[in-house]
Amino acid sequence: MHLLSTRDLDRDTAIQILDVAEDMAQTADREVRKLPPLRGKTVVNLFFEDSTRTRLSFESAAKRLSADVITFSAKGSSVSKGESLKDTAQTLAAMGADAIVVRHHDSGAAHQLAHAGWIDASIINAGDGTHEHPTQALLDAYTIRERRFGHEARGRDLEGMRVVIVGDIVHSRVARSNVWLLATLGAHVHPVAPRTLLPHGVDEWPVTVHEHLDDALALAPDAVMMLRIQSERMRDAFFPTAREYARVWGLTAERFARLGPDTMVMHPGPMNRGLEISSEAADSDRSTVLAQVTNGVSIRMAVLYLLVAGSSTTDSGEGER
Amino acid sequence: MSGILIRGATILGEHSDDIRVRDGVITARGALTPETDERVIDAQGLIALPGLVDLHTHLREPGGEASETVLTGTRAAAAGGFTAVHAMANTSPVADTAGVVEQVQRLGELHGYATVRPIGAVTVGLAGEQLAEIGAMAQSAARVRVFSDDGHCVHDALLMRRALEYVATFDGVVAQHAQEPRLTVGAQMNEGVLSGELGLAGWPAVAEEAIIARDVLLAEHVGARLHVCHLSTAGSVDVVRWAKARGIAVTAEVTPHHLLLTEDLARGYDARFKVNPPLRSNEDVMALRAALADGTIDIVATDHAPHPVESKECTWAEAAFGMVGLESALSVVQHAMVDTDMIEWSDVARVLSSAPAHIGRLEGYADPLEIGSPANITLVDPTFSRSWSTADLRGRSVNTPYLGQQLPGRVMATVHRGVLTVDDGALVDAEAVTAAHQEVARG
Repeated sequence: MHLLSTRDLDRDTAIQILDVAEDMAQTADREVRKLPPLRGKTVVNLFFEDSTRTRLSFESAAKRLSADVITFSAKGSSVSKGESLKDTAQTLAAMGADAIVVRHHDSGAAHQLAHAGWIDASIINAGDGTHEHPTQALLDAYTIRERRFGHEARGRDLEGMRVVIVGDIVHSRVARSNVWLLATLGAHVHPVAPRTLLPHGVDEWPVTVHEHLDDALALAPDAVMMLRIQSERMRDAFFPTAREYARVWGLTAERFARLGPDTMVMHPGPMNRGLEISSEAADSDRSTVLAQVTNGVSIRMAVLYLLVAGSSTTDSGEGER
Repeated sequence: MSGILIRGATILGEHSDDIRVRDGVITARGALTPETDERVIDAQGLIALPGLVDLHTHLREPGGEASETVLTGTRAAAAGGFTAVHAMANTSPVADTAGVVEQVQRLGELHGYATVRPIGAVTVGLAGEQLAEIGAMAQSAARVRVFSDDGHCVHDALLMRRALEYVATFDGVVAQHAQEPRLTVGAQMNEGVLSGELGLAGWPAVAEEAIIARDVLLAEHVGARLHVCHLSTAGSVDVVRWAKARGIAVTAEVTPHHLLLTEDLARGYDARFKVNPPLRSNEDVMALRAALADGTIDIVATDHAPHPVESKECTWAEAAFGMVGLESALSVVQHAMVDTDMIEWSDVARVLSSAPAHIGRLEGYADPLEIGSPANITLVDPTFSRSWSTADLRGRSVNTPYLGQQLPGRVMATVHRGVLTVDDGALVDAEAVTAAHQEVARG
């Protein structure tokens, strides 16, 4: 089985992953944090794109479940010498990978590994191009649920909650995965961006689009998720200057001060302080930035546990999660 | 054996008749009695079409022999019922000099599976900066009449104006690959709801339509003719329809795949469905079919684009654009247009033979299947149906988008200048084709 996107994740499966992640989080408080379920299993982290945070999070999750972990970074490897995705994946599968966690700069890479018939391992999408980053969305949903419901969180969805997602929606795999997952869990999703940073066809998504951040903040959202803005977007005429972007779409100290006391401030990291988010917002007690990192390990433990523990490599791979 | 007698074929799908071929020419029609030295083909139930003419083929030679050669590409053409192909200029070296186009044409003559008409580049190296030696190519032994930078758009408006004017000097036509480059930087698939969901960079319809709109106005202004390659959107159809109503000398082509396939196929990220221009929406497909039926679109051309396996077995963004199409073209046109009652077989003969021949100034196709015409004939069994597979391909590459799809029709025989290149549904050996052409030449 695979985890390739949140779009085809149903509500019950999503809640199951969040609940298992709660179990995993509780073990973090124990004296011995290591659990045995993936003993003898091999998890490969296949990273075609630099991402220290996500890689470390998956490594940590796999190790806590007692898996053997192999990390393969494309830079300086055979991949930079022109080896194809297919050959790299088949090489790793031949080394006995039970699961491959893949991060790739091209959309669809994880889907291809799962479905092209090249290999037989479970595939976990750790971010593919501008398509999806499902474990990020799961950890975001987990964070929102934990903050809102505390010890009452288990088994619950996000029915009726309002989540504002601000920034470079068109290039963001985090935004896509969050839109599908949060909508599946019953939340109202409000993307906010200048039209240049909204994907064509966004009107067909299960969301309410806003062009101005102040309009969305007036809804008293439960969570405001700020996306990282890449400075090269200015050169490509998506917006004129960092100053103008920060003024209209940044979570400035003034805007932060107007938020309700229960509104969470989220960011997938790494942050551009002073551009999309002010230090006042990032460092406040309403910021979940560090909790998101912690929860990321629990979510990835849950995903690895559900996909890999007890499965054999002859798994048909039919059920796509 | 110096002749062929085709008995009982349904001529252009209309009425049954016999056709006699002698010395490369159709010499008789009507109820004919076999002569002793004649090869007799029983064509009961088969439709006789003129040999098909493709205005848009990538033969890849020189330079791309790993994907296709003139020999393998013309064998694929013959298997698909084609007797003439126009070989696109984006080879390596580029077909931008008389030397290259003469070489390509000679290879076609040597093998004899189909007439190869080289297309010359509009600009040197397809770079879009200075005109290629269009006059030299036009006056070479290859007598080039179609000029195209296909794969690249002649996007500079002044250069396009000059190209239209200069090519017209030699009775040629510019075949434009209409793609505004700045609007399609990194583009991967049709821009729409699905591209946004899949995270693949969009190729918006306006990038095609804006260039076509500009080009028809330029063609009107300078009084030259323009051919638009592979129309893919409903908006492009509207622009061409408007231009024709205004009397502008524009012709347009559509590929078989744009008549049948839609962008939804990108959902699985299988790069066999990656093509330029991209597969569009169902609405676009229906508009293209209607435009082909009403004559707004003049011809079907394959844009046969062979690629080696490794250029498709990679991520979508890394993969090459293009699909093979010579072998499947007639089946797809039957499926999308004839079996849906949108056009007749006589229209198929027009859009896949006489009209492309006229645009390419290729002689011998003006009076299909008439006495005195060169014997270029395709016999089709329209009742045949098959699940398409790589076994149905005859070129060097297997990047077909139709695997597993049920497609009607089968080419049972192809006659190229009096020589059978496909006989009883199978390709004729290369030696036999060459020998037969020599016999025809001796008369």
